[in-house]
Amino acid sequence: MQAGQLSDAMKRGAIWGFIVLELIFFSVAGQYLSLSDSAFMDLDNMLLLLKQSAPIGIIAMGMTIVMVNGNIDLSVGATFAIAAIVLLNSMTWPIFAGLGDWVIPVAWLLALAVGTLLGALNGLIVWKTGVDAFIVTLGAMLGYRGIVFMFNGENPTSHLNWTLVDLAEAEFLGLATASWFLLGVTLAVWFLMTKTVHGRNAYAIGDNREAAVNAGIRVGPHMLINFAIIGFLAALSAVVFYSESGSVNPNDGQLYELWVITAVVLGGTKITGGAGSVIGTFGGVIAIQLLRKGLGHIGADTSTVNLVIGLILIAVLFLDRQLNVRGKEELKV
Amino acid sequence: MATMTKQRIAQILAKQGILIAFAVFMLAFTIANPKFITVDNVFSVVRSSAILGVMALGVTFVVISGNLDLSVGSMMSFSTIVVLDLHDKLGPLMAIPAMFAMTLCLAAFIGFLVGYLRLNSLIVTLGMLSAIHGLTLTYSGGQNMDIANKTGTWFGVFGQGSALGIPVPILIFAGLAAFLGLVLAKTPFGRKVYAVGGNGTAATFSGIRRARTVFMCYLISGACVATAGLIQASRSLGSQNTVGQGLELQVLAAVILGGASLLGGSGTVFKTVIGVLILGFIQNGLLLVGLQFYVQFVVTWVIIILAVWLDIAAKRGKLWSPIA
Repeated sequence: MQAGQLSDAMKRGAIWGFIVLELIFFSVAGQYLSLSDSAFMDLDNMLLLLKQSAPIGIIAMGMTIVMVNGNIDLSVGATFAIAAIVLLNSMTWPIFAGLGDWVIPVAWLLALAVGTLLGALNGLIVWKTGVDAFIVTLGAMLGYRGIVFMFNGENPTSHLNWTLVDLAEAEFLGLATASWFLLGVTLAVWFLMTKTVHGRNAYAIGDNREAAVNAGIRVGPHMLINFAIIGFLAALSAVVFYSESGSVNPNDGQLYELWVITAVVLGGTKITGGAGSVIGTFGGVIAIQLLRKGLGHIGADTSTVNLVIGLILIAVLFLDRQLNVRGKEELKV
Repeated sequence: MATMTKQRIAQILAKQGILIAFAVFMLAFTIANPKFITVDNVFSVVRSSAILGVMALGVTFVVISGNLDLSVGSMMSFSTIVVLDLHDKLGPLMAIPAMFAMTLCLAAFIGFLVGYLRLNSLIVTLGMLSAIHGLTLTYSGGQNMDIANKTGTWFGVFGQGSALGIPVPILIFAGLAAFLGLVLAKTPFGRKVYAVGGNGTAATFSGIRRARTVFMCYLISGACVATAGLIQASRSLGSQNTVGQGLELQVLAAVILGGASLLGGSGTVFKTVIGVLILGFIQNGLLLVGLQFYVQFVVTWVIIILAVWLDIAAKRGKLWSPIA
């Protein structure tokens, strides 16, 4: 029993240990290798890091819910791009011309509604047809991306609203708007997953669907709601990011699903469902961003970042399994 | 009695649904535009599907053995870049086997992780997608790769040449499909692949070396990816280092469309070929009908879900899922 607890604690702490290790490594290595004068552990640098984590991080919270529930969503990158286009394009629609700056909340709501609907559509298909979520969202990833390209071809969709840009670039208590959204979403999803019946049911369904059905949990609506949530969060991520940048390319958000899944798995969520924590995912998001930034700091290019993150993902999977195996063996003794 | 016939129809649909769908598509597009069925058009579609198709053949083995391979796209970029680079350094005769060896090393690494260490194939190949992409960028220094002397080499034969009036990529695709189809359907190894994917534990207890079988499936996938990279490199004699990006999901879509279950244990090489051809002809047909290029993605989305849905609906005997 104690052994099990020990390995559990080790697993839960692992991501934070990894983050500390990264911080030490990049600070020390930065002394010798970095071209810039500023230290890596600079407060401004860390705050910037939090802000840059927001787009992936907000989606990763939704992915945690969906993966704990025993599903997966590969279409988040395409949903992200669609929501961005809705946001930027709807602000130029003639029917909203009389609204002035009130067009901003309208455009936000529209983008969020579209994201939620796209997510819910995935959930509905998974529920009603019984086709595996991997296949449903793989198809949706192609289909949604197709819609993005049908809208404006290869051209970017742009619209700058300076009030909106000011809002997105504002800082409150030293944290950027995007950072606040990331923290807020993390808190809300943490509350949902640990303090509500819906969250506990999500764990139960992911752990053992048969048992959950026998216990009277309605599996279908739960999956629908969870997919709607991840759609909403993908749209929220787009809304936060593109409010500031004001221009979306049809390829934007590609490979986001891979980054998001990497962050969630690094954070300790089981790919088969039933286990995982929002706080762990937050750690995973920070760890990835730290790695990207840190490697950049010591002069490595993107190719090295890709290489290192891929290998770390595999190493984590390996270590995780070794820990699990050892825990079981100790239990036997 | 009525239910019996209904079940029989459902069974026939489940078994041959993909062929029927293929026939319907071809007929519809031909009626819409007679140019669709001309030899030239068919050759050009199959030829451009060949790269995707060759990769799908290998992934079929991996999927039947109950695993996934998301790394084939970046691995294809890798082999394309490597063979182009080595072409100028070693000459084409040495470059091709060297590239195959390097690609097979990567595939063997994945096979070792998934087969022998039994790590989750989705995450491993996701990690390798990123890692191999990084490797390719490092290898090429972020530059596009081009053959220096494009006219003075016979290297273009794999992508541009033709024999007996048939383009070489089609010949490679057809030959490989026939060979791998025989391996999967007629050899003990093929039966082991089905057994491991259908029920790994039962396969182990009946004396099948599961790890080795999975390992071999990834090697086959790697060899197919290397072949696809060779065709790609030879077709254009130069390449960006992201040439295979996103292909992994299209390949998977073709394999699923062919009716292979992601749970493993079912699927055939022949049906994968049909899946590849459906994707290729839909793309071409929609263009000929006059629709925008990107409509094909939306159509593919609908078709994939419908195909898998009808497949499992026929198996369970009910259209809607029993999930409450």
